Amino acid sequence: MQMKPIDAIQKRLLEEIADLHSVPSGAYNIRANSELAGRNTTANIDIVSKTDKPGIDIHIKPGTKNESVHIPVVLSASGLKETVYNDFFVGEDCDVVIVAGCGISNCGSQDSEHDGVHRFFVGKNSKVKYVEKHYGEGDGSGKRILNPVTEVYMDEDSSVEMEMVQIKGVSSTVRTTKAELKAGASLVVRERLMTHGDQVAKSQYETFLNGENSSADVVSRSVAREKSYQEFNSRITGNAACKGHTECDAIIMDEARVLAIPQLEANNIDAALVHEAAIGKIAGEQIIKLMTLGLDQEQAEEQIINGFLK
Amino acid sequence: MLELRDVSFDVQDDKGEKEIIKHLDLQVEDGKFVVVTGPNGGGKSTMAKLIAGIESPSSGSILFNGEDITDKSITERARLGISFAFQQPVRFKGITVLDLLRIAAQKRLSVAEACAYLSEVGLCARDYVNREVNASLSGGELKRIEIATVLARGTKLAIFDEPEAGIDLWSFQSLIQVFERMRAATHGSILIISHQERILQIADEIIVLADGRVTKHGPREEILPGLLGTANAANACTMLDKEG
Repeated sequence: MQMKPIDAIQKRLLEEIADLHSVPSGAYNIRANSELAGRNTTANIDIVSKTDKPGIDIHIKPGTKNESVHIPVVLSASGLKETVYNDFFVGEDCDVVIVAGCGISNCGSQDSEHDGVHRFFVGKNSKVKYVEKHYGEGDGSGKRILNPVTEVYMDEDSSVEMEMVQIKGVSSTVRTTKAELKAGASLVVRERLMTHGDQVAKSQYETFLNGENSSADVVSRSVAREKSYQEFNSRITGNAACKGHTECDAIIMDEARVLAIPQLEANNIDAALVHEAAIGKIAGEQIIKLMTLGLDQEQAEEQIINGFLK
Repeated sequence: MLELRDVSFDVQDDKGEKEIIKHLDLQVEDGKFVVVTGPNGGGKSTMAKLIAGIESPSSGSILFNGEDITDKSITERARLGISFAFQQPVRFKGITVLDLLRIAAQKRLSVAEACAYLSEVGLCARDYVNREVNASLSGGELKRIEIATVLARGTKLAIFDEPEAGIDLWSFQSLIQVFERMRAATHGSILIISHQERILQIADEIIVLADGRVTKHGPREEILPGLLGTANAANACTMLDKEG
């Protein structure tokens, strides 16, 4: 297995997306400019490169507790385009944290694009926390494009908590997430998004509550600034006695546009589904309140946005 | 010292121009605890907003420690040492009580320091310091956090707009104690808009504002006897009757 050392730009990207300041403990797989830059496996977590297409299989043994897997991807060369397939096989009775994310630094004129296709097969009674951060930088004219696809298949009584964050610098994103839940499974999604310039970000969530007492809570908080455009489309389908809630809460600024489309489909009389959506500018009284505490208008807006996206 | 000189404030409504504040002259001396009372719609909240800079007077001038602040922004006035506790505290999604106290104090307060301010307003600090200042807090809780942010600022002038409004009787009883303690410990001036007899009873001076004008202004001993038993000096039981 040939590994390339990571450079300073890639290191900074890693800090942004994975809070990694050095080599992580536990299992990890670092991909830099389409090549493997580091990998570690543990007694319970194995990582194997796919042979038919780019990507990896991550196998987590049943009963693995309090372990983590980091699989960051960084792109620092202009003009790179890749689609990577990562499959996570989480055994029964596990409790693990998975940190993924992609950072792109594009100072060139060509577009850079990373499309990660992540599939999770979560075993019975297992608990997974999944954190995914996206970050882009670079002042070149080339776009920074990320189109993640996430599929989650949850076995009975499993639980998955997903934190999806994209705060800065990504020119264009279409995020597609699909989840299927068996009996007793529970899914929590927290998306935080900020767009500016002429960025476009679209999120599509499709959640199927197929088993009795399954539940889902899919919540997006976003800030759209300048001329950016956001679309949030979340659909929960209740096919059994289940509970589902989806919410979109967006702050709109400048000339930005936001479209929120929460959707519910109940195919069972005991499916209890709720959706909420709110789009609005920062409340004037919030700015005034912070100004009476000594902040100027700009600082007040910054505090309000920081809090909202925290 | 705060001084309002011939301040007027007009608004436009369906019937044309309406004067909310009419040629108001007022002085609040340093270290004084002043309570403003008077009928609803008499211009009390507007006067407080004019002092904080949230509204601008149509004419007249406002001076703070000798400096003309009439044209200064809310931020500039706050930085000069004016604090304002809203009648209806503002909610923030995601901003915690600790964040808000840190913004107010303009420094990175330790959790212990933040808790000290919360304890002063009668909140069990550990339960609150990491709570978001959002709709999950009750009116009484928000009101106390609002007061704690003013305490954390420690400014020369603090204005409280009807601290009793919108809270239940039990919260009110303990809120009174907060002001009694503040009265004992104060270094700056405090201007409170209130109808509550128990707050009026700890005033150095009482101002009665009606129809946009000061109708009475003087030491408590002089003004309070004439107000007792009226709506301008309600006791907690009439408040309960009104709400019940």
